[in-house]
Amino acid sequence: MDFALSQDQKLMQASLAGTLDRASPLERVRAFAEIREPVARDVWGALTELGVPGLLIPEEHGGLGLGLLDAALVAETLGAHVAPTPFLGSAVLAPLAILAAGSPAQQQAWLPRLAAGEKLAGAAITETVSGGRDGAGIGAAAGKLSGKALFALDAAAADVILVADTAGGLWLVAGDAPGLTRVPLTTIDLTRSVSELRFERTPAEALVAGDAATTLTRLRDAAWTMTAADMLGAAGVMLDKAVAYAKERRQFGRLIGSFQAVKHLCAEMAAELEPCRALVWYAAYAQDAVPAEASLTAAHAKAHLSEVSRFVARTATEVHGGMGITDLLGLHYWFKRVGLDRQLFGGPERVRHLAAAIQGLAA
Amino acid sequence: MDLAYGPEHQAFAAEVDAFLAAHRGRWPPAVGAPREQVLAWQKTLIAHGYAARTIPRAYGGYGAEPDILKSRIIAEAFTRAGAPGGLAGQGISMLVPTLLEVGAEEQKQRWIAPTLAGEIIWCQGYSEPGSGSDLASLSTRASEDGDDFLVNGQKIWTSTAKQADMIFCLVRTEPQAPKHAGISYLIFSMKTPGIEVRPLKTMTGAAEFNEVFFTDVRVPRTQIVGARGEGWRVANTTLKHERGMLGDPNAAENRLAAIIAMMKEETVSGERLIDNPVLRDRLMRLQARVLAMKFNGLRLITSQLAGEPPGLAGLVVKLQGCELNHQLAALAIDVLGELGVLYEDSPHLRNHGAWQQRYMFDLGLIIGGGTAQIQKNIISERGLGMPREPKTAEA
Repeated sequence: MDFALSQDQKLMQASLAGTLDRASPLERVRAFAEIREPVARDVWGALTELGVPGLLIPEEHGGLGLGLLDAALVAETLGAHVAPTPFLGSAVLAPLAILAAGSPAQQQAWLPRLAAGEKLAGAAITETVSGGRDGAGIGAAAGKLSGKALFALDAAAADVILVADTAGGLWLVAGDAPGLTRVPLTTIDLTRSVSELRFERTPAEALVAGDAATTLTRLRDAAWTMTAADMLGAAGVMLDKAVAYAKERRQFGRLIGSFQAVKHLCAEMAAELEPCRALVWYAAYAQDAVPAEASLTAAHAKAHLSEVSRFVARTATEVHGGMGITDLLGLHYWFKRVGLDRQLFGGPERVRHLAAAIQGLAA
Repeated sequence: MDLAYGPEHQAFAAEVDAFLAAHRGRWPPAVGAPREQVLAWQKTLIAHGYAARTIPRAYGGYGAEPDILKSRIIAEAFTRAGAPGGLAGQGISMLVPTLLEVGAEEQKQRWIAPTLAGEIIWCQGYSEPGSGSDLASLSTRASEDGDDFLVNGQKIWTSTAKQADMIFCLVRTEPQAPKHAGISYLIFSMKTPGIEVRPLKTMTGAAEFNEVFFTDVRVPRTQIVGARGEGWRVANTTLKHERGMLGDPNAAENRLAAIIAMMKEETVSGERLIDNPVLRDRLMRLQARVLAMKFNGLRLITSQLAGEPPGLAGLVVKLQGCELNHQLAALAIDVLGELGVLYEDSPHLRNHGAWQQRYMFDLGLIIGGGTAQIQKNIISERGLGMPREPKTAEA
């Protein structure tokens, strides 16, 4: 029995962190946020050298053939760096959908190019996971899609977009397909691309292999696990920054970290956050290795990390005093990252309701 | 990462299951078992290596190599089968490991085997009315008198003092030395003249604890464990074992399962409790915490197997585990509503009033064994490397 990361996984996380330190330091994140770029091709290019876009894609299609635990470790590292990347859409949701429901021809057409970072993919599955708002929902008729999807991820610069219709069918839509309009949505978190997609008799390719409901469940669980891991990384950095600040900031002639009022805040953050690491690891491991527990542990990881990382985000900000709320310090990028993760694919109340339903405790 | 057991441990698990199948119906009931039956079961368990597993045979144990996976397999199989595991009083869980680590050979020979067999019951004499979190300030005196010490003072929170045959006790032997350096660890009989035990009734209505008063209690100087003046270090060996004990994630998992079963069964005005979305949300919140602590436990086992320090994952267990158990009891009471406040032998009582009893008793566990606030000091200082509170002159 071994519940720990392998040497390879630790090395991968370390080299990814090193790459992000160089390719996506806070100044790069700021520039991305201020210019509102649709995608940071330089950052994605640096990650492509490590194989990140093809992480989940089998080797026969040019990927690394790794699993969702490895993907969660990447997501954690991206969250820690508040990195602007299309990871969730391009390297997780679209490849998983194409692998599970794509024909051999569709797999051949997309997987090698996604793995090589030549093409980017987005995902518009929000309505099937967390419900339709403002009249959102996609209808499919005769191979054409109509309607709108909100909170589509990584779709702004995508060459192909994974779309779920309201009947649970899955489709691939070209980024430049006729009748598709992409409207950027501005969220608090400017490190990620969130769009509204409007479809008007837009031609689409159906993904029809396998059982559609099973595929959607796998996509939902993967999305929950990845957002949980992103929050784990972001909240971890906020705690580290709070502790570091408390060890250098002096008031009343003392380091503020020597006041129990301050150090107990840090202890509470650590006490809440540290067990989350095991929860995220297990949920991610279960996605591939323990199918019977995959949905429940993913739901709990998502909901629990949403609560804990909100607590850490506000508390770590508070430990920084007035500096915590300034743009200059930049702590708000992490604060907003967990703010978006919390609501994406369902806020914690909704996800807990689904957690109950998954084990037959709710209708 | 691979959560499966290898072939050796799978075979071991089958062995344990076979033992339990063969002994089903022959183990003592959870409550009210006669002492002889409990001791006979303990003897059987030791003989098969399911209790006192890693204690050397020379001291009455089974003598197996430490293997935490096997210990875990045993614990899981016994829980599944509803079989009582080995005895786990303070003598077995705290004194025996301490003697093994720092005891003299003669002390090991004399005390360990009968303690493991359940023939000697121990109590712990650490806390004093004036020395709780600041345990090292303790003032129970042991002054030399010929070949003996004369012990005078008072201990509190002594849980099994009424039944105990023996006590392991921290006393001040060198009053001139700095507070941590003047303490010795003594063991002596509770039958010694000059000892008075007074029950300490708590908010649960029961006297789970006692106060113990010492007046000129004569103890041979040979009954020190470890060197004279080294008692603080010896005690920390023991406290380390206690901290591990207080945050058992399996206890929380069993409690959660009991609450889910109750919420599916109990109705209010015809509606099942589990169908109330607000109560169900609270249940789900706690289920996430139970899972997080369970998986955190897997992480700790793995680091122990690898001989790596547990770090923060270990430091947070007492704080989070005790709080979680308390929260679970609180939820059980809240879902029961008015029924949840019934107590003692009231009509309509649920689960023998255990949820209220646990809610109150568990608050004591949050305070005892290092308060939540002391835990936060430990987490921030040892886990996060934050500075200590500056000492004031009188401390």
